[in-house]
Amino acid sequence: MSTNATHQTTTPETKIEADPNLPTIRIIRDFDAPPDKVFRAWIEPELVAQWLGPKSTEMKIDQWDARTGGNYRYAALQDGEEVAAFYGSFHEVRPNERLVQTFTWEGMPDGVSLETMTFEDLGDGRTRTIGLSVVENLEGRDAIMASGMEVGVYEGYEKLDALLANG
Amino acid sequence: MSEDRLSRVFAALADPTRRDIVARLSVGDATVGQLAAPYNVSIQAVSKHLKVLEDAGLVTRSQDAQRRPRHLEADVFDLMTAWIERYRRQAEERYRRLDAVLASMDDESKPIINKGAAS
Repeated sequence: MSTNATHQTTTPETKIEADPNLPTIRIIRDFDAPPDKVFRAWIEPELVAQWLGPKSTEMKIDQWDARTGGNYRYAALQDGEEVAAFYGSFHEVRPNERLVQTFTWEGMPDGVSLETMTFEDLGDGRTRTIGLSVVENLEGRDAIMASGMEVGVYEGYEKLDALLANG
Repeated sequence: MSEDRLSRVFAALADPTRRDIVARLSVGDATVGQLAAPYNVSIQAVSKHLKVLEDAGLVTRSQDAQRRPRHLEADVFDLMTAWIERYRRQAEERYRRLDAVLASMDDESKPIINKGAAS
């Protein structure tokens, strides 16, 4: 199943596709910046730290070697305490075009997803990013979909409910 | 699904055991004993989880007085749609922060390495 233009939401920018038969999640989003700039925001640690982590947490990058064959680890801090940590490898870093990483949440060390981010030049200084996550099985995929709820718990349901209400 | 109902559904599903129970009930009705079997927990613990799911309107008890098998009320497709929507909103929130980062990169007018950007 997928959400698409007909799905009634007020913030239609990000599209999510979750194939009913494949353990994948596809996230599509357009940005008002050219591919080289969007790509930099994805691989330069001081830029990544400003947006990637959950909203109410601070992102601490322990390791970040964004080169083909490099690796990374970062943690989400809340009140100075590590509440979640993630690590993986940079399988391929192809400037301004493609970024392929493995991704593991340390809370579930046997789980690993393959994340392929494609940067498409839309012209006029715009870029479409297509993120494809592939996990082991459908149950794992659905658990990731649902895990946003646990993030929601520590971000406070009120904020999310306010968002839903605005929707 | 109303906002209130959705919140209760999310709260109920914020637990992996309850999600697992929902997954099992999506295959067919099951008694508390059947549901408890795969877990290292008591019937009482499973009953507690079922109570939360019932309060959220996700699960009902069938008429069969002896066995009282539990029945999944919610269309799992609806649940997935709700999960996807919340997931999408979180991605959108993250990407809005990225929008801001991209805008600030403009402000700092850092040099951008342009490889053959002749367009």
